[in-house]
Amino acid sequence: MQKTAFPIGAVLRYFAIALYVLFALFPIYWLVKIAVTPDRLIYTEGTQIWPSNFTLDNFVSVLFLTDFLVYFKNSMIVSLGTAFFTTLVATAAGYAFSRFHFRGKTIIIALMLITQMFPLLMIIAPIYKIMAGLRLLDSLTGLIIVYTAFNVPFATFLMQGFFDGIPKDLEEAAMIDGCTRFEALRKVIFPLTLPGLAATLGFIFTAAWSELLFALMLINSDAKMTFPVGLKTFVSKFAVDWGQMMAAGTLALIPSCLFFILIQRFLVKGLTAGAVKG
Amino acid sequence: MTAITLNSINKRFGPVHVLKDISLQFDKGEFVVLVGPSGCGKSTLLRMIAGLEPVSSGDMIFGDTRVNDLEPRERDIAMVFQSYALYPHMNVERNLGFSLELRKRAAAEKKDRTSHAAGILGLDKLLDRFPKALSGGQRQRVAMGRAIVRDPQIFLFDEPLSNLDAALRIEMRIEIAKLHQRLGTTMVYVTHDQVEAMTLADRIVVMNAGQVEQVGTPLDLYSNPANLFVAGFLGSPKMNFVAHDDAALNLPSSLTNPSAQTYGIRPEHIKVTAPDDTAHLVGTIDVVERLGSDTIFYINHGATKPFVVRVPGIDRTAIGEKIGCQFQPEDLHLFDQNGQAISEHKNG
Repeated sequence: MQKTAFPIGAVLRYFAIALYVLFALFPIYWLVKIAVTPDRLIYTEGTQIWPSNFTLDNFVSVLFLTDFLVYFKNSMIVSLGTAFFTTLVATAAGYAFSRFHFRGKTIIIALMLITQMFPLLMIIAPIYKIMAGLRLLDSLTGLIIVYTAFNVPFATFLMQGFFDGIPKDLEEAAMIDGCTRFEALRKVIFPLTLPGLAATLGFIFTAAWSELLFALMLINSDAKMTFPVGLKTFVSKFAVDWGQMMAAGTLALIPSCLFFILIQRFLVKGLTAGAVKG
Repeated sequence: MTAITLNSINKRFGPVHVLKDISLQFDKGEFVVLVGPSGCGKSTLLRMIAGLEPVSSGDMIFGDTRVNDLEPRERDIAMVFQSYALYPHMNVERNLGFSLELRKRAAAEKKDRTSHAAGILGLDKLLDRFPKALSGGQRQRVAMGRAIVRDPQIFLFDEPLSNLDAALRIEMRIEIAKLHQRLGTTMVYVTHDQVEAMTLADRIVVMNAGQVEQVGTPLDLYSNPANLFVAGFLGSPKMNFVAHDDAALNLPSSLTNPSAQTYGIRPEHIKVTAPDDTAHLVGTIDVVERLGSDTIFYINHGATKPFVVRVPGIDRTAIGEKIGCQFQPEDLHLFDQNGQAISEHKNG
């Protein structure tokens, strides 16, 4: 009788995956767990995996007794604005790098790479001075400009990869069929780049949504605070309101999650599409 | 009437001179094949005709119009790409009708012309499919259909059959020939496959290293190649070249010419004889390929390259046997020291 091989390899593989998922999701679980734990139990039950009692009081407090909604609105404006403008500029630049040969192309690419090599802390003072000169301190517009400037190089390389993956023949065929170059881009190339656009939008949105350093330096009024800065208001001089902080954190996850659910069908394709030609 | 005139066309990519002073005329309704080895500039020339590459110098004229500065869409051409270049996000029907959609033609006209093209190419049942759901041959048909729908002044083909397997390539080659007979449009076809060139062309332009080596009908180029390059490029197996001082060569004085440095003879023009004094060349069989319809002998006659002989039918002569070869005077090609054909011997 033939002995059926025990699929030990498969079991180990699933075990490894399960371990990884647990490891990756545990902080989120802890965030939600603290958010729904009544204040009086947070310290007494400490590291217990499951709280003995549940409450939504923290969420109610965060939504109705703090400035959370203002922070949330500001973060939405800044993240959507940054994602939109960065993707717009990166799409145009990525297309140019992918399709055109022009003088100084290598130098521009090198300069863009160099901008990614400086630690943010090093340039925060000059940025502050520039924004002050432009009277853009404590303004969401200023934040969008800075975020866009810092995200454009990475987004451009990402988009260039996607454009490189689309055969040049397609737009040439469209141009012979009767399109101008711009029409070929709009009617043929653009629909094929949607996965790339979704991936870029997703990355930039998330990056802007969670950015703290610039927001902390350039924003100082409560009315203009973005969510990561606003979160600090839950830390007072004498205590940290962990319950509310975690409830705010949980609520702040929602837009990112929704955004990724919306774009995820493009995203998986998009992240690999640019990597391999064909 | 002339469809395309190329006057001293040059193309430079930076310091690289890719096309050198090309002057050609293609007649209306003619099927012209540009053939040559990889990198000879044939595709670049086609792309210049299409308007996808700018002309560095010279005049490109369609009919009476100079088109150097016209955009591809203003040239009234259609092009079939090697990669098919079908729009992946459009189904077959939309792929076929995209050019009409851009010209804002009425839906009824679009439908008419799309179904007409689909009918010619047997695509009727595939109109709803997307390119990814089509086989290589079907994609090729859609690419041709897209060109037919345009009803253009000039058809351009850039190695359209290179991505197909051998059987499909023959099938599509016949389709293209039929298409030309049916439409009678001027067609310019680029290939490196000499069989495609010989079977499809009204006239062949043989190119090498950015220059035109010879222009003529397929049989003219086969029978009267202008130089060693053309002689060696067309024909399969290739023409045999033997140096005038090759020790194995035993040509009677009536067949020799004092200016001839190289003698050329096609494998199919050689008669196998006994290896005696009457043979023009004697050698030993190194390799035999029996194809059923023909037998090909690779004969070692002391030179680096074997002498190839093709005889019809199945020949049982074995490897290692010594054989003789005889040629008819009219089949012998003579080339001077510059590799140019010496034509007098055939006339005289």
